[in-house]
Amino acid sequence: MTATAADVGHGYTTTGLPHRKIAIWAFIGSECMLFASLISTYLIYKGRSIAGPFPHEAWTDPSTHHVYKAILNIPVTSCSTFVLLMSSLAMVLALAAVENRDVPKHTLGDRILGSSKLWLFTTAALGATFLSFQAYEFTSFVHEGLTIRTNLFGSSFFTLTGFHGAHVTAGVLWLLTMLGIDFKRGLGPKDALNVDIMALYWHFVDVVWIAIFTLIYLIK
Amino acid sequence: MATIAAPLVVPRTADEPYGVWSWLATTDHKRIGTLYLFTALTFMLIGGLEAEIMRTQLMRPNQHIVSAELYNQLFTMHGTTMIFLVIMPLSAAFFNLLIPLQIGARDVAFPRLNAFSYWVYLFGGIFITLPILFGAAPNGGWFGYAPLTTKTYSPGLNIDFWVIGLQILGISSLAAGFNFITTIINMRAPGMNLMRMPLFTWMSFVVQFLIILAFPVITIALVFLLFDRFFGTNFYEIARGADPLLWQHLFWIFGHPEVYILVLPAFGLVSEVMPTFARKPLFGYPVMVYSGILIGMLGFGVWAHHMFAVGMGPIADSFFAVTTMLIAIPTGVKIFNWIFTLWGGSIRFTTAAMFAIGMVAMFTIGGISGVMHSSPPADLQQTDTYFVVGHFHYVIFGGSLMGLFAGLYTYFPKFTGRLLDERLGKWHFWVNFFGSNLVFFPMHFSGLLGMPRRIWTYDGGQGWDTFNFLSTMGAYLLIPATLILVYNIWKSTKSGRIAGNDPWGAGTLEWSIPSPPPPYNFAVIPKVTSRYPLWDVKPPLASTPVPNTPTHSEAPAPTAAELGIPMPYHTLKPFLTALALPIMFGGLMLMHLENKLPHYVFMYGGAAMLVGCLYWWLTTPLEPEHHHA
Repeated sequence: MTATAADVGHGYTTTGLPHRKIAIWAFIGSECMLFASLISTYLIYKGRSIAGPFPHEAWTDPSTHHVYKAILNIPVTSCSTFVLLMSSLAMVLALAAVENRDVPKHTLGDRILGSSKLWLFTTAALGATFLSFQAYEFTSFVHEGLTIRTNLFGSSFFTLTGFHGAHVTAGVLWLLTMLGIDFKRGLGPKDALNVDIMALYWHFVDVVWIAIFTLIYLIK
Repeated sequence: MATIAAPLVVPRTADEPYGVWSWLATTDHKRIGTLYLFTALTFMLIGGLEAEIMRTQLMRPNQHIVSAELYNQLFTMHGTTMIFLVIMPLSAAFFNLLIPLQIGARDVAFPRLNAFSYWVYLFGGIFITLPILFGAAPNGGWFGYAPLTTKTYSPGLNIDFWVIGLQILGISSLAAGFNFITTIINMRAPGMNLMRMPLFTWMSFVVQFLIILAFPVITIALVFLLFDRFFGTNFYEIARGADPLLWQHLFWIFGHPEVYILVLPAFGLVSEVMPTFARKPLFGYPVMVYSGILIGMLGFGVWAHHMFAVGMGPIADSFFAVTTMLIAIPTGVKIFNWIFTLWGGSIRFTTAAMFAIGMVAMFTIGGISGVMHSSPPADLQQTDTYFVVGHFHYVIFGGSLMGLFAGLYTYFPKFTGRLLDERLGKWHFWVNFFGSNLVFFPMHFSGLLGMPRRIWTYDGGQGWDTFNFLSTMGAYLLIPATLILVYNIWKSTKSGRIAGNDPWGAGTLEWSIPSPPPPYNFAVIPKVTSRYPLWDVKPPLASTPVPNTPTHSEAPAPTAAELGIPMPYHTLKPFLTALALPIMFGGLMLMHLENKLPHYVFMYGGAAMLVGCLYWWLTTPLEPEHHHA
């Protein structure tokens, strides 16, 4: 294979992959270290809080004899985890719809599956639902007596899940921006790369949540 | 080719913009590299001045030239400045200038992100440097050990400036890291496979991975500290059960790879300079590549050798002692390979070659004292003494900085089109070489005699007086050395000799194009068939026999428009996006004011500006629409 002048013209890349695809993977690698630092700190500080409330067991304040129940509400968070996982499915469908925009659609099913607007909206809506769950969770924890200042558990828990929530928020804004562009001029195969990159980010944030849910919520 | 009579003019293409606007709005990697170069050199003068004041204070026992509080600020800012504002950005100047040129590309993968990185660096640098003028500079050491740096023990704004300043600077390094990784993976010219890539690009490649994997860790450590200081969290509150070693672990997981972030670019430059001036290919190229990768990987497994004194226990101590000894092997391999590159070569002792050889000698001394620390019992005697100060200055001053100077003398023509003056350069080298050895060598002795680091003064008669006096004299020698460099740069930028494409008879792609290169670098993207493509055409021994003799000056290169090469638009968006960061974080610092209005205005205003500018940037095209033939 010899390279001709046209091969190395504008748009030529060594790997054949677009630049942004490589950059997003590098970014995700970097983000792994970010969340690894947060999760490690949470695990190191697990069980080291001097005063409650605690994540998995009740605690009686020795001075007031007030009983604080275990903080983590696993059934509720299981629901929000399910919602976030489903958003990844919607994201996959959104990307497929953008890629196959020009494929003729014959049935109602084809049209539903092929609607990038519907699936982008669904992904964003599920993401926003997850964030609402988190807002509910945070407020109820504060009502139960756990704030970011209360103890080591509060500091490391709110910081870790807050960082994840901020990532989901950025993802929802990204999705809504794409949805806006879709309404304005329609997303087609030439936009597939942009949607693909967004999807990689979204799935990554989702995978991080699986790690958080397992390590922080499920393991006692 | 005609010899051109003085005054010579560096050829530039006709469509190149000029003036302040062209610098604020540039996306050209060579211009951004030039900005990095001059900004870093300016910060070097500031960091150097801080060191001179400290050495003056320590010249004799019991001096009171500065207060203990100011001394704390001086050593904190000297370290912070030299690491984050001088060595890393000087390396970034060469990443910017050389990576695209060495791989045969027209720019980096994301030109606007590249400009953004520079502006964030500049604003972050100003943010962290200015407070010293008001006596409010960071004062907790460059490592900022928590809990010492928590609000309880460090009230006041000093540490706030440090935490937020480093947070801003981290954004710059991370953005640049993603950019250069993509550039090196994806923008190599046809035939430029990984094992033909020049060693500077290779070492830069390793460094970018270290940056994107190490910086998130300090980001989180700093976030914890910032939350503790601003929002009352408990990450470093020992009374609340926090682990006093958490900061140290997080910091050094970043901090040790950072050491290699500082030195590997210099290794890369020396690996370009040695073959050029020995006029033979680099000895053991594949081993040089693999040892660089190995250093990068092992660099993540040695962090706790900074913590032998905290009592981690025999198992952890042994593990980190062994990994630290291991990392000396690939480093030693590099030193031998540089020596074998010189062996049998036809060496030209230009300034650049002298700096490169000096770097190998100085770095070897620093490396040997480094291996001494790898043994925990020995380290317990040496830690927190001037012995360690001597050690890491041999590594960073003798290793990184002298390697970067070797690069500067070699590559100055690619920044400016002109050569640095060789006579002044040799003065710079010798004064710098004697000066730096006179500062740092006696520190080994004062350290072994028990002089602790970071003390602002000391009593006489402990055997430290002579060594401190010598160190200070050496520090004073570095003043003329630096002034010679500054004068040389100033003079040579204005009236240095015109370099032409390839003043040194070097072998790699960056020398096949004019100095400075036209905005698009390569009119035709080259096809690469070997590691030293230019030497395939013209063997190294046939190349320019006398350095610094310009042979000819090329006619102005054609413009990008004439060649039909689409160029990125000039744009202020990266500048404005970067400007939003210090505004937003500055607003955060106003949180403790009685009147909350400025806090809200600056913080939310800055955040809105950041998001707005990002949207504006991301929704506008990089360059004019082009049509494929």
